[in-house]
Amino acid sequence: MTITSPDRRRVRDTGPSGWLAAPALVFFLVFAVVPLAGVVFLSFTSWDGLREIRLEGLASWTTVLTDPVTGNALMVTAKILFFSFIVQAPISLLLGVFTAGGQKYRAALAVLYFLPLLLSSAAVAIAFKALLDPNFGLGPGLQVPLLIQDWLGNSDLVLFVVVFVIAWQFVPFHTLIYQGGVRQIPTSLYEAAEIDGAGRVRQFLNITLPQLKYTIITSSTLMVVGSLAYFDLIFVLTGGGPGYSTRLLPLHMYLTGFKANDMGAASALGVILIVIGLGLALLLQRLGGKNRNDSQLEGA
Amino acid sequence: MTTRKLRSVAMAISAAALSVSLVACGSSGPAGSTAAGDGSASMWGLTGGNQPVLQKSVEAWNSAHSDQSIKLDFFANDAYKTKVRTAVGAGEGPTFIYGWGGGVLKSYVDAGQVEDLSSFVKENPEVKERYLPSVLKNGEIDGKTYALPNNNVQPVVLYYNKEVFDKVGVQPPKTWDELMALVPKFKEAGVAPFSLGGQSKWPDLMWLEYLVERIGGPEVFANIAADKPNAWSDPAVTEALTKIQQLVDAGGFVNGFSSIAADSNADQALLYTGKAAMVLQGGWIYQGMKKDAGSFVTGGKLGFTTFPTVEGGKGDPANVVGNPSNFWSISAKATDEQKKAALNYVKDGMFTDADTDALIASGAVPVVNGIDSKLEASPDKDFLTFVYGVAKKAPSFTLSWDQALSPAQGDAMLSNLDQIFLKKITPEQFVTTMNATIGK
Repeated sequence: MTITSPDRRRVRDTGPSGWLAAPALVFFLVFAVVPLAGVVFLSFTSWDGLREIRLEGLASWTTVLTDPVTGNALMVTAKILFFSFIVQAPISLLLGVFTAGGQKYRAALAVLYFLPLLLSSAAVAIAFKALLDPNFGLGPGLQVPLLIQDWLGNSDLVLFVVVFVIAWQFVPFHTLIYQGGVRQIPTSLYEAAEIDGAGRVRQFLNITLPQLKYTIITSSTLMVVGSLAYFDLIFVLTGGGPGYSTRLLPLHMYLTGFKANDMGAASALGVILIVIGLGLALLLQRLGGKNRNDSQLEGA
Repeated sequence: MTTRKLRSVAMAISAAALSVSLVACGSSGPAGSTAAGDGSASMWGLTGGNQPVLQKSVEAWNSAHSDQSIKLDFFANDAYKTKVRTAVGAGEGPTFIYGWGGGVLKSYVDAGQVEDLSSFVKENPEVKERYLPSVLKNGEIDGKTYALPNNNVQPVVLYYNKEVFDKVGVQPPKTWDELMALVPKFKEAGVAPFSLGGQSKWPDLMWLEYLVERIGGPEVFANIAADKPNAWSDPAVTEALTKIQQLVDAGGFVNGFSSIAADSNADQALLYTGKAAMVLQGGWIYQGMKKDAGSFVTGGKLGFTTFPTVEGGKGDPANVVGNPSNFWSISAKATDEQKKAALNYVKDGMFTDADTDALIASGAVPVVNGIDSKLEASPDKDFLTFVYGVAKKAPSFTLSWDQALSPAQGDAMLSNLDQIFLKKITPEQFVTTMNATIGK
């Protein structure tokens, strides 16, 4: 909502009616706010999914907050979030810039890069599980000593394997975002830079990166908030194991709710997850600065 | 201004109405599928060994009783356990609820979700008479019948690869010490001593169940299941857990066992491909191996025996653990018509001669009386008579613990046992954690 005109009244009368937002708002209320309220309510109850719901006050919260598995799940989530970001952001930025070029071979490579986008998380997980099988997988099959590792069964290794598979699946998506962002940058900027004698690297650092500022914020927000929601892939790939090594918060919530049938504790975990997710999203928006809606292209 | 306002209000109302109707659509969808649209009874079964047998049985029933047809769907084991509970809790479960008896059945009974079948069994004595009495007992809670057996007896058995044993020149273990002594011999020969589907967690449990049974007898777990305070503190539990960790330390389990899933049958594959010498698994994997590795089974390379004894142990070596059978319960939320169809199927459609023959042909032992001659005539008679004998002669047949306990206790037990196998916790920590779950 940028209101540049001094006569605000006039703008309001000619602009679209605020009621147009009503359907979206109603949807949001019914499908987001109401269930959210339900989850908050359930977190103060004890419910096994079958019997009647009993109000228990803070019992579920004390269970969840004193359970070492919750702390471990938070740590695993933080690690996966951190490593996913470190791995995915640079790769997708560079690939995005690369594929934005008009050359034919780049377009052909882009098609290959985007292939993982077509696959569902479950399919990706099953494929990697088969490839990484310690006895029947790629390593033992090809007899390559380096590949013969207990990829998914070694508590120290498994986290990085998970980060790799997540990156394999999600880098194409972020590459696509960056590709779009790069193609929005006016070529006149690069032409001017070339006349001024700027090289490839200089152009990238001084034009491409600053122009992509908001694309970076969008992609990072999606990456960070998205990594709080990783579930399907890890559930199929490792089931949270070995032990609790890859049991991150969403998975911990699911297993508590649907395997241990403790809906109260699972709801408390859900509330924690929402609070963290909202906090991170707000933080990233803040990093964009106050003037984030201003045009970057003035004078271009 | 007034027309504008009116229009806005109208728009808001129509938007609200739209979303309400969408919500209504959303909730009526799944409910429709429960009632199966045409009001016929619904049944959820498990994929795997018994799937074709059940499929044929229901198809035969449907073609003969078009007015009482049953709609059958199949799910994978782990996914089914989660799905059915959620569906039953939401009042949208199937008419036939597939189960294992024990604590999970009790939680359905406590919530009033399954029909009391006591009077049905009384009115139809022939139903009760067809079953082995020891198996039938597992469908009873507080003296009332809530579930009836529907397939085969599934004790946990120690399977071994005869070829591998011949190559290494050893005999299957009769005692725990012999078992431990075999470990270095197989490792030297480049074969994993034991296959294990550790990612699925429940195969880990078979080791604990048998060791506790052999060391302390059936009373140890009976006390745990009865929610007696500190029941996990029994020394038999600690000793069993210590033995498990010793076996892990000795390299008894296949490399990477914690990432092997039993649901994908990867653990049995290790056995029949000769990469592992033995596997402790349920009676049902015989059916799977027969299908996936025919010549291994028909060629007589598959060996099977009972779990070894433990020196100084109190448990009778003839005792077994496992699943006495699977069961059908009838949903209390089903319509009268669905219930009627369901009970008629239980009475006349189940364990027909065709069903029993199909079960035996698939490599399973049906939980019914008077099949000795049929088992003898089967090409799988070695295994079938072994299983039937083990199950019939066992003084005690303990139900798999994760099914016998309440879901919350069962889940905590599997997670902590996983930690034991990974050597992340000590037996003492396991006992303390599990004692805290008693009564939950």
